[in-house]
Amino acid sequence: MVLQILFLIIAAAAIALFSLNVRKIIRNINLGRPLDRSDRPSERLAIMLKVAFGQSKMAKRPVAFVLHLFVYIGFVIINLEVLEIIIDGLFGTHRIFAEPLGGLYNVLIASFEVLATLVLIGVIVFFARRNIVHIKRFSGTEMGTWPRSDANIILIVEVLLMSAFLTMNAADYKLQQLGTLHYISAGSFPVSSFLVPLLPDSETALIAIERSCWWFHIIGIFAFLNYLPYSKHFHIILAFPNTYFSNLKPKGEFTNMASVSNEVKAMLDPTYTPEPVPEGGRFGAKDIGDLSWKNLMDAYTCTECGRCTSVCPANITGKLLSPRKIMMDTRDRMEEMGKNIDKHGKDHQDGKFLLDSYISREEIWACTTCNACTDACPVNIDPLSIIVELRRFAVMEESQAPASINAMFGNVENNGAPWKYAAVDRLNWVEND
Amino acid sequence: MDKLTVPTMAELAAKGESPEILFWVGCAGSFDERAQKITRDICKILQHVGIKFAVLGTEESCTGDPAKRAGNEFLFQMQAMSNIQVLDGYNIKKIVTGCPHCFNTLRNEYPGLGGNYEVIHHSQLIQQLIDESKLKAEGGESFKGKKITFHDPCYLGRANNVYEAPRKALEILDADLVEMKRCKSNGLCCGAGGAQMFKEPEKGKKDINIERIDEALALNPNIVASSCPFCMTMLSDGVKNYNKEQEVKVLDIAEITARANGL
Repeated sequence: MVLQILFLIIAAAAIALFSLNVRKIIRNINLGRPLDRSDRPSERLAIMLKVAFGQSKMAKRPVAFVLHLFVYIGFVIINLEVLEIIIDGLFGTHRIFAEPLGGLYNVLIASFEVLATLVLIGVIVFFARRNIVHIKRFSGTEMGTWPRSDANIILIVEVLLMSAFLTMNAADYKLQQLGTLHYISAGSFPVSSFLVPLLPDSETALIAIERSCWWFHIIGIFAFLNYLPYSKHFHIILAFPNTYFSNLKPKGEFTNMASVSNEVKAMLDPTYTPEPVPEGGRFGAKDIGDLSWKNLMDAYTCTECGRCTSVCPANITGKLLSPRKIMMDTRDRMEEMGKNIDKHGKDHQDGKFLLDSYISREEIWACTTCNACTDACPVNIDPLSIIVELRRFAVMEESQAPASINAMFGNVENNGAPWKYAAVDRLNWVEND
Repeated sequence: MDKLTVPTMAELAAKGESPEILFWVGCAGSFDERAQKITRDICKILQHVGIKFAVLGTEESCTGDPAKRAGNEFLFQMQAMSNIQVLDGYNIKKIVTGCPHCFNTLRNEYPGLGGNYEVIHHSQLIQQLIDESKLKAEGGESFKGKKITFHDPCYLGRANNVYEAPRKALEILDADLVEMKRCKSNGLCCGAGGAQMFKEPEKGKKDINIERIDEALALNPNIVASSCPFCMTMLSDGVKNYNKEQEVKVLDIAEITARANGL
């Protein structure tokens, strides 16, 4: 009974803390500007099922795809086992699903074991790719101590959880064989049966191992759940809404700013009365509040895999720009603003901005807008739209573009071409044959 | 081939006529010497198949694409709205462009500002003409056995998912088509997009066009094909960088088509 109450307290605390942190993330995402992504729901659902649930964009890199698939399927399916653990924990039962499921239970437990082993393999190879093989994609200026530790913490925790799960099963299986009270004969253990010879023979020791692994596994899961909001690993949740709210327009189409349309129409036609535009504020983005909520959700969804950066022509050729850094900076700045709100209230200014305090001018001007990053992202994150918003701010609010870009603007404005050619010469090509 | 005649919209309108299609030449196609050649070849193809076309001539102006990519939405919309006035003034319905950037802007960004046209890129026009058997590869230069690799312009490929149209123009040549590893949706930018064409690159260890041409040259091609005037500049500069202008030609799909048909 004491253990059941203890379990209830731990579970309730874990869930309460998690929802508190999730609410903060939702609040931070809502710091962004409004953007309507409620259209074409069936198309959106199809994209979510294909890209997030079906992992379609992962397949471009087959090795990572297969390993990630192990971990992903393992994660999704082993969660069925967690359901049983929670019920057992709350009601003091043991393997509550065994009786009602009968033969199916054996199949399930066996498949969990196989999946847990595949997860272990996947995670260990992932760890080696990061820490031994040093795959280039996982390095870069933005991959400092915290991002690298974050990745390793996730992998180590997964190894521990899966090991605890398998050890627990092994001890349980041995206790079943010994006929110990409560340890009903249930489950099939294709993997953990190999661990049985490694375990002690004493019943007390086995129960101690089984129970501590059980507690370690479930407390580990609760702890991991609460680690998610602080980690890049939050992608396991946000991948789904983020792909649902994907940009459905052609990648080449940049938004037409309604606030600008009003002014331009008024300039071209003096009799024009501007329509009220809700967005207000400044042109483009200087800080988090100027980006859309989808830009911000993108930032929380990013799991820093670096596929974007590895295909970025600017980054490949040694420029400072890294689309992954754009996303990580956006998240870091958003977290900082969230903490400011918690500490000092909503209107606190800390003198910092996303542009310049985090992302430099050199980075935003190195982008070729080629969309390689948006195409490469397995969860449809769009670093390009953030870059463009920052450029818009630099150009329209500050007139701070590189000199040659300003010259190009001048040419377009005066000659109708980005070069200094006279508009009257536009048809000369016919004669030049 | 008859003498090239390029009517302007103003001339047609004065005669009370209208074209089947407006050829939107673009700034590079109008002023850049290398691109002017491509422009004339697109006209030759149109004339060859007997499509009644016209250009805006001096009434054409920048679509605003480079201004928009560089963040100058004001300038973009000024350009767009005055271009829409001109296009609507002539009651234009269908446009073919010689540039993927003009294509993308006219096709995707003008509708939101009230400019609704059917917009195609010249590679799509060529594909369509081939599909309709109006255009073949005969009567001109033979490309048989020539090794050709196609560089996907970002604003045609990833931006608008047009990958097959330009390849169609190459497939009928009986040439040896080879793909770079980074092709189609994995294609590497030439380095000119996003208004990079009009500025010096930021400091780095290599220029993007060199990175790209290295990949193309590794295939030992006779021809690097593309279908964008900016890619043309970047790739040609890349080839020049290695003094390989004699061995490796950088050609637009339209030029190849015109040559294959002796236009």
